[in-house]
Amino acid sequence: MHELSVTQSIVEACLKKAGGAPVLRVTVEIGTLCCVMPDALWFCYDVVTTGTSLEGSELVIVRIPGRTRCRDCGDDIAMHDLLSRCPCGSDNLEAPQGGDELRIKSMEIEETA
Amino acid sequence: MCTTCGCSKHAHAWVTDLATGKVTAIVEPVDHDHARIDHRHTHPTHHHAHPHDHSDSPAHDHSPNRPHTSGTTIDLEQEVLAKNNRLAERNRGWLEGRNILALNLVSSPGAGKTQLLERTIHDLQNSVPISVVEGDQETVFDAERIGATGCRVVQVNTGTGCHLDASMLARALTALNPPRDSLVMVENVGNLVCPALFDLGEQAKVAILSVTEGTDKPLKYPHMFRASSLMVVNKIDLLPYVDFDLDACIAFARKVNPDIDVIPLSATRGDGLDRWYAWLNARLTALFETAS
Ligand SMILES: Nc1nc2c(ncn2[C@@H]2O[C@H](COP(=O)(O)OP(=O)(O)OP(=O)(O)O)[C@@H](O)[C@H]2O)c(=O)[nH]1
Ligand SMILES: [Mg+2]
Ligand SMILES: [Zn+2]
Ligand SMILES: [Zn+2]
Repeated sequence: MHELSVTQSIVEACLKKAGGAPVLRVTVEIGTLCCVMPDALWFCYDVVTTGTSLEGSELVIVRIPGRTRCRDCGDDIAMHDLLSRCPCGSDNLEAPQGGDELRIKSMEIEETA
Repeated sequence: MCTTCGCSKHAHAWVTDLATGKVTAIVEPVDHDHARIDHRHTHPTHHHAHPHDHSDSPAHDHSPNRPHTSGTTIDLEQEVLAKNNRLAERNRGWLEGRNILALNLVSSPGAGKTQLLERTIHDLQNSVPISVVEGDQETVFDAERIGATGCRVVQVNTGTGCHLDASMLARALTALNPPRDSLVMVENVGNLVCPALFDLGEQAKVAILSVTEGTDKPLKYPHMFRASSLMVVNKIDLLPYVDFDLDACIAFARKVNPDIDVIPLSATRGDGLDRWYAWLNARLTALFETAS
């Protein structure tokens, strides 16, 4: 399950940046055309963060749809997976733009009073 | 694997040199103490409804049962796979510097990667030096099969890992020490999902699909066929016995990747191998010409 490697990379980067401060929330962007499943990420996140300063923090996943243009009706459309069709029924689409994001956006750490 | 808390090193894979029998562990420093999958945790299982927001705006999915307290926001803006991608680029440079063509062979378990390699080595090893990196979770069986052809080979065992990553290939290449102007074949772990995500620094991925697996494989695993430059359809000697529609399969592959090359062949009986060798030779020639 590659979601485990992906989660380990996320957690490692956040631990490094947080420098020991308790983390409340981590926000990642995952494109809809990227082969990473949010459910699996959440599952791995709980496991991987246990015993670290990220334990109990919230993982927020922002889905970014890929964009493409329909070669039949010319519409610009969002792609929610690699097999998306245009609402006009056509599956004759240009190569998608974006949707392959896999990025750690930001995190929130506890405010020190 | 690290099974005790607080250890500072964590082996995640092993490289075996078949010629010397030397086994090297690939270890990575763990900069936190208790954060590995080995450490059983007691969190309750979360059940939650996941919003399938098909609007055009990005959907925010929240993990369940977590309070919405606020703190100080720190921007990271960091690619999750940055480290792997960096190492992959380093491999790519290393290979380029030695004028080596490296291909990453991916497929479901049993599609015929090792068989195709054995045959290719047999037929081409007098025209170009070939060496092989074998990736499997366990055993050195495939490396032994390759070694029996007289070819240089190292085995990477990933343990529980289901794909090779760039750090594993880096270690394998160091052990393999392939000659200049040569071909390195990397047989990834049999898996059509994860290897799509992990760049190794190869020049191209080759997806191998066998006719016993079903016509619609490219649609079921679109990411792998999207990431690959070539789809080899193997075991075509079995076409009379299975319900497999070659034209439909090719159309499915081109739907997810309009640029993908397709070569139907039989690694055991030999049909179509000439096209496979021509595909390899074109890449080798291009590489050797730009270098000279
Ligand atoms: N009929 C037929 N059988 C084949 C062909 N190619 C491979 N096989 C058989 O398919 C089986 C699996 O082949 P392998 O080469 O071990 O497959 P693999 O992809 O390396 O498998 P893993 O490393 O386990 O993922 C073996 O029994 C091969 O003999 C072919 O072209 N035709
Ligand atoms: Mg094999
Ligand atoms: Zn995986
Ligand atoms: Zn349309």
